[in-house]
Amino acid sequence: MNSKRRDFLKIAGLTAIAGIAAPSAFNTLLKGEANASSAPAGGHGAAAVTGKRYGMVIDVKKFTENPGLAQQCVTACHTVHNVPDFGNRKDEIKWIWVESYNHVFPENTQYKRPDSLKEMPILALCNHCDNPPCVRACPTKATYKTKDGIVAMDYHRCIGCRFCMAACPYGARSFNWRDPRGKDANGQPFIKELNPKFPARMRGVVEKCNFCTERLAIGQIPACVEVATQTKALVFGDMNDPESEISQVLKTSFTIQRNPAIGTHPSLFYII
Amino acid sequence: MIEKALKGSTGYWVWMLFLLSIMGVGGLSYVQQFNYGLGITGMSRDVTWGIYISQFTFLVGVAAGGLMLVLPYYIHNYKAFGRIVILGEFMAIAAIAMCLMFIIADLGQPMRALNVLLHPTPNSMLFWDMIVLNGYLFLNILCGWVVLQSEYKGIKYPRWIKPFIYLSIPWAVSIHTVTAFLYCGLPGRHFWLTAILAPRFLASAFAAGPALLMVIAMVLKRTTKFDVGREAQDKLVTIIGYAAMLNFFFLGCEFFVAYYSQIPGHMHTLDYLFWGLGHGDQVFNNLVPFMRASVVMGLAGIALIFVSRAKQSDGLLVVSCLLIFFSFWIDKGLGLVLGGFVPTPMDYVTEYYPSAQELGITAAIWATGFFILSILYKVAISVKLEKDA
Repeated sequence: MNSKRRDFLKIAGLTAIAGIAAPSAFNTLLKGEANASSAPAGGHGAAAVTGKRYGMVIDVKKFTENPGLAQQCVTACHTVHNVPDFGNRKDEIKWIWVESYNHVFPENTQYKRPDSLKEMPILALCNHCDNPPCVRACPTKATYKTKDGIVAMDYHRCIGCRFCMAACPYGARSFNWRDPRGKDANGQPFIKELNPKFPARMRGVVEKCNFCTERLAIGQIPACVEVATQTKALVFGDMNDPESEISQVLKTSFTIQRNPAIGTHPSLFYII
Repeated sequence: MIEKALKGSTGYWVWMLFLLSIMGVGGLSYVQQFNYGLGITGMSRDVTWGIYISQFTFLVGVAAGGLMLVLPYYIHNYKAFGRIVILGEFMAIAAIAMCLMFIIADLGQPMRALNVLLHPTPNSMLFWDMIVLNGYLFLNILCGWVVLQSEYKGIKYPRWIKPFIYLSIPWAVSIHTVTAFLYCGLPGRHFWLTAILAPRFLASAFAAGPALLMVIAMVLKRTTKFDVGREAQDKLVTIIGYAAMLNFFFLGCEFFVAYYSQIPGHMHTLDYLFWGLGHGDQVFNNLVPFMRASVVMGLAGIALIFVSRAKQSDGLLVVSCLLIFFSFWIDKGLGLVLGGFVPTPMDYVTEYYPSAQELGITAAIWATGFFILSILYKVAISVKLEKDA
C-alpha cells in the first residue's frame, strides 16, 4: 500500500508540473499567432521598436473649441461601419462615443477641478492596447492583434461568449444582443443607411472600433480622423515612425492615457 | 445496467415527468432566445454575463465537491464512504452536464461553439476550461460506470481504472481553479482580481457539493432503503462544516483587504453587494438582501450542522445542509459574477434583472441536470440494493 501511495504521489507531482508548464510552452509556440504576451519586458520599460504601431492623439481642447465636432466624428464612424442604433442603452452598440471626463478617467480624483472639465466632450473608443487583455481572453482568436498594433476582430469566428467584454478595462466593446440588420416596431431599420463597402454584423457577435483597418488598407485615414482633419483635434499615425505627425505631437505635448497602471499600454493619448 | 432506470415506482415516474415538463417549458424559452438573440435576457452592454454564467460557475463547484468523497475513499482507504462515493461521482457528471449547457445557452453564436476546438487558443482561460470540464466529465463517467459495473457483476473493479481515479483527484481541483482563473486574471475588474479567488471557489465547492449530496442522501434514506451509513454522514458533517468555515474566512480576508486598503475599486463592489452603492444621487442595492441572507444562512448552517451531529438529528442535518447550499448558491451563483460588473470600468452602475425566458431556460437546465442525476442515481442505488439483498 505504502509503495503504491508513493507511486501515486510521484504521478500527481509530474501531472501538476506538466499542467503548470504546458500553458507557457504553448504560448511560446504560438507567440507569432496569438500575440498574447507582446508587452515589453518589465512592464515599465520601453518597447523594442518592431514595425508599425498605430496610435491616436485626442486633443480634447480642440473639441471644446469646436462644439459638435466630437459628435460628427461619432456619426462618421458609425455610418461607415454600419453601426446600428437600437435607441436604448441595454442593446447599445458603439465604436466611438462622447463621454465626460469623470467616466473616461474615473481613477483621477482631483480635489478641485476646472469647471470646464465637466463640459468637455471626450471621445472614448478602443485603446488598441499593445498588451490587450481582450486578445488574451478570446478563446477562438476572433480578436487578435495585427502586426501594425491594431486590435482587430473576425466577426465570422466570434462565438459570442463575451469574455473579451469582461476583459476589456475600457468598456470599448459592444455585443449584438439582437439582429442589427432588423427593423424596429415602426419599420425603421436599425442601420439607417447601409454602407455596402463594409460588412454589417449578425446577431450574437461582439464588435468594436477597428482603427479603420479597411480604410488604411486602401491608403485612407480613419473616418473619425478625416472629419477632424482641419482642426487636428485627432492625430493618427505610426508611432514607430519618428517623422510621423503623431510622433512629433507625442514628443512635444504632455498626454495622458486611460488607466495606465494596469499594464495594457494603450495606443490612445489624450491632451486635456 | 442502464435498464434499472426504466423500472421504478410511481413516485419515480411522477418525478421524472415533472422534470420533463420543466425541460419542455424551458426548451420553448430557448427556441425564443435562439430566434431573437440574447437580447431576450436581462443582460446588457454593461452587465454582459448574467444568471447563465453565474450558475455555470456555481455548478463547477458542485462538480468539484465530489472530490471530498473520492479522495478519502480511494487515497486514504476510508471504507465508510463505500456507499456514497458513487453518488459523488455521478453528481459530478450531472453538474458538469449542466455547466456545459449553461455555457451553450450563454453563447451568442452557439452553432460556432466548436470554433474553440478548431482554433485552439492556449492563452485563453476559456480554452483550458473547456479542456478541464470535458476531461472531468469523461473521467467521472468512466470511473463511476466501471466501478459500479464491477459491483453489479460482483467482482472487484479492474486495476486499469485506478490511474483514472487518481487522475480525477487533481483534475477536480483543476476545474474550479481554471474556472476562477476566468475571472481573476482580468485587469480592470477589481472585485475578481484577487489571488484568493480560486481557493475561495474550492472552499465553497467542498462545502456546497457535499451539502447537496447529503440532502439527496437523506431524501433517498426516506424514500428508498438506501442508507449511506451513520459514519459516512458524520464524516461529511466535518468536511462540510470546515470547508464552509474556510469559505467565510476567505470572504473575511477580502473584506479586510478592500476596506483597510481603502482602494475605491476594491470597495465598490463589496459596497454594492452588502451595503448598497451610492452613485450620483442614487443608491444601487438590488443584491443586498440576497448577500446578507447568504452570510446569515451560511453562518447559521455551520453552527447547526455540528449541532445536528451532536444530536444525531437527520432533520436538522438536512436543514443545515440546505442553509449552506443556498448560502453558497447566492454567494457564487448570484453575487460573484453579477457583482463583478458593478460598477463598470467607466464608472457606470447598471443593475441586472433576469428576464422570464432567461429564468425558464435556467430552470430547464437545472431540471435536465436533475433528470440526468435521477437516472444515474436510480441505476446506482438499484445495483447497491440488489447487492445488499
